[in-house]
Amino acid sequence: MAKIIRKSDSFYPIYEHKSGAKDVTHYCPGCGHGVLHKLIAEALDDFQIRDRTILMSPVGCSVFAYYYFRVGNIQCSHGRAPAVATGIKRVFPESIVISYQGDGDLAAIGGNNIIQAANRGENITVFFVNNAIYGMTGGQMAPTTLVGQKTTTSPRGRSVANEGYPVAVSEMLATLKAPVYIERVALTDAKNTNKVRHAVRKALQIQIENKGFSLVEVLSACPSGWKMTPVQAKQWITDYMCKQFPLGVFRDTSAEIEPSPAVKNEFISHDLFKKLDIPDKPFRAVKSETPPVNYQNPRLKIAGFGGQGILLLGLGIAQAGMQMGYQVSWIPSYGPEMRGGTANCHVNLSNKRIGSPVVSQPSTLIAMNLPSLEKFECEVIPGGLIIYDSSLINRPPARKDVEVLGIPATKIADDLGNTRIANMVILGAYIARTSIIPRQVVVDTLPVFIKRKNLVPLNVKAVDKGIEYVSQ
Amino acid sequence: MGKQLIKGNEAIVKGAILAGCRYFFGYPITPASEIAEAAAFYMPLVGGTFLQAESEVASINMLYGAASGGIRAMTASSSPGISLKQEGISYCAGSELPIVIVDIMRGGPGLGNIAPEQSDYNQMVKGGGHGNYKLIVLAPNSAQEMCDLTMLAFELADKYRNPAVILADGFIGQMMEPVEFPKAVEKIPEKEWALHADADDEKKLICSIQLDPDVLEKHNLKLQEKYKKIAAEVRFEEYYCDDADLVLIGFGVVSRVLLSVVDILREKGQRIGLLRPISLWPFPSFQIAQLAQKIKHFLVVELSNGQLVDDVKLAVNGKKPVLFYNRMGGIVPSPEEIIAHIEKTVKA
Repeated sequence: MAKIIRKSDSFYPIYEHKSGAKDVTHYCPGCGHGVLHKLIAEALDDFQIRDRTILMSPVGCSVFAYYYFRVGNIQCSHGRAPAVATGIKRVFPESIVISYQGDGDLAAIGGNNIIQAANRGENITVFFVNNAIYGMTGGQMAPTTLVGQKTTTSPRGRSVANEGYPVAVSEMLATLKAPVYIERVALTDAKNTNKVRHAVRKALQIQIENKGFSLVEVLSACPSGWKMTPVQAKQWITDYMCKQFPLGVFRDTSAEIEPSPAVKNEFISHDLFKKLDIPDKPFRAVKSETPPVNYQNPRLKIAGFGGQGILLLGLGIAQAGMQMGYQVSWIPSYGPEMRGGTANCHVNLSNKRIGSPVVSQPSTLIAMNLPSLEKFECEVIPGGLIIYDSSLINRPPARKDVEVLGIPATKIADDLGNTRIANMVILGAYIARTSIIPRQVVVDTLPVFIKRKNLVPLNVKAVDKGIEYVSQ
Repeated sequence: MGKQLIKGNEAIVKGAILAGCRYFFGYPITPASEIAEAAAFYMPLVGGTFLQAESEVASINMLYGAASGGIRAMTASSSPGISLKQEGISYCAGSELPIVIVDIMRGGPGLGNIAPEQSDYNQMVKGGGHGNYKLIVLAPNSAQEMCDLTMLAFELADKYRNPAVILADGFIGQMMEPVEFPKAVEKIPEKEWALHADADDEKKLICSIQLDPDVLEKHNLKLQEKYKKIAAEVRFEEYYCDDADLVLIGFGVVSRVLLSVVDILREKGQRIGLLRPISLWPFPSFQIAQLAQKIKHFLVVELSNGQLVDDVKLAVNGKKPVLFYNRMGGIVPSPEEIIAHIEKTVKA
């Protein structure tokens, strides 16, 4: 039976481009893009995957691939097609995602994007058109330009000393573990073109079977950029490009990999609060007696060595304060500072809306080492409170206009068997002196911020020791 | 609902998930990393995807791809990372993709430091990428607003098919405050323009390229028309502005400091108020112009070199003096410092 030769269904019936006839492409005579487009479109037809195919158009001559392919189309920024493809493929794992890229796009500006997408084993298919030149911008040097090849930006020929060697993309990517199939083919004679056809199909088949990443590098003519006739250009691929970029399969693990079904993530909307660790019980503030006026609405600065649990002490006060119905804020010194050296945090508890979370004039200073006391003592407001660890600080605060409470917190903690709970001894001392938070509220909120639950009883003991010390 | 003491950065992720976001593409950077970390932890629990990209550039382009599928997706970074994303942001604006970008600002220029600055105002509000575009920019000043405004950002992004930004500083990101989380959004709008990996996709194209100058001008005019509509979404907070002689203007952590300034000076009987822009674009120009008719002067305070103050001056249009106080390098001024400045420079 006679076969009717006609345009592939995976091409639009009419090419809606800016100028020229609507039934031909914008590519130059002899350019490889048109042939590769045709081979891809025919494969989409034959595999019946056009409906679920999404094509990435790159920057370069094939920026307008979306004029032709009758699929879902995304036009990408220069070099980023593998990242864009990753995004859409993660949304639609059952789709067929094709990243169509040229050599400047893929191997220069997008070099990292292709390496990383390949290394992640994204289940996408990349068609990489290597024509050793930037075609669209007028024939500049590409990463794949041959040594000695003249371009508008290598007018005396590519020099190894200045520009290095051509990048062998297929060989490079084949060193990665994740890619399933990488082959280099060439659009030259009928025999080689048939190999291109075969490679295109194999790469798509791998994606259909959810086996993973594949890339087909296609050596392709650019007669305009190379300033040759189409016939000369094809010969140049054979004579020169194939020597630099040998054809062949560089990686193929497709036989070993089991096909797997594409699983779309289920959008989970039930029990969100539980999944997000958000308490779903209505909040009820704990009522208690009003503390003495000088301790109300405290603005605390808490400081010491990194590792003393300074931030956790502040958190304990904030957490319990919130439970009391106060407005609270907690702000740490963050970043490299918190890894060694000094640590400090600022805590506000207030009956009304908190303005600045940064405590510039503390009503209470908790100093757990001497540098902190020396640095912040002067900031405390007259009539304020300074609590310090008298087992580590051998000189009491010099200020006479503030209330001072020294407590050998580290020694008490040591006696309890764990130096690191000195912060909780201080917490006990603070709430006992100020009556701002009842003991029970602190005990109830400790498990919220102490991650190792088996340490909670010891922390409670430390709080009690602090309370006991002040009450004596 | 329950209350939780939580970091602003973490509140963003929980708010995003409650808003129906299930895709996060990011890259680590201080002081925004907690956002990526929380997303990495929670996204898989709710059927979502977290992917640490190879670069800031890749992450914004992954977002571009994912948002083309019509779902709610986000990324987060800090100043230098945002600079890297700008090309992709311009593409998203040009292609009218509803994405959410969080910027936890740090000190610059260059590597600068990780302390809080507000010097990304221009690159987010004015558009740091190429082309004639606008981003919806929301500026939270509390952990609660980190959640609430993130949810709003998704809503506005979808409503107008436009990228939306949460612009916060390092302090708002690192600060812990109680947050009451609202109910989850039940229905995310259907998007006819989006790709669905089905037969209808052949009619769809996600792109920002328009080769024909006439067509590109038309596209630009359409965008400008959209931006005029978004102007109705302006949000701001006034605090004691009614009888004020002096109105302070600031956003983010600065607005918290200014709140303290107003409280302290009101107690001393001074007629002082605060206007806090919550949306930096659209900017509350109209409200500022109205205030200009009745007050004596403005004082703009920012953690940058005079970026916010430009927009205030445009709104005031020379009708009243606009005074200016700023700190840079990651220093947040104390209320006392600002009060001293007011006493020195503002003549009653």
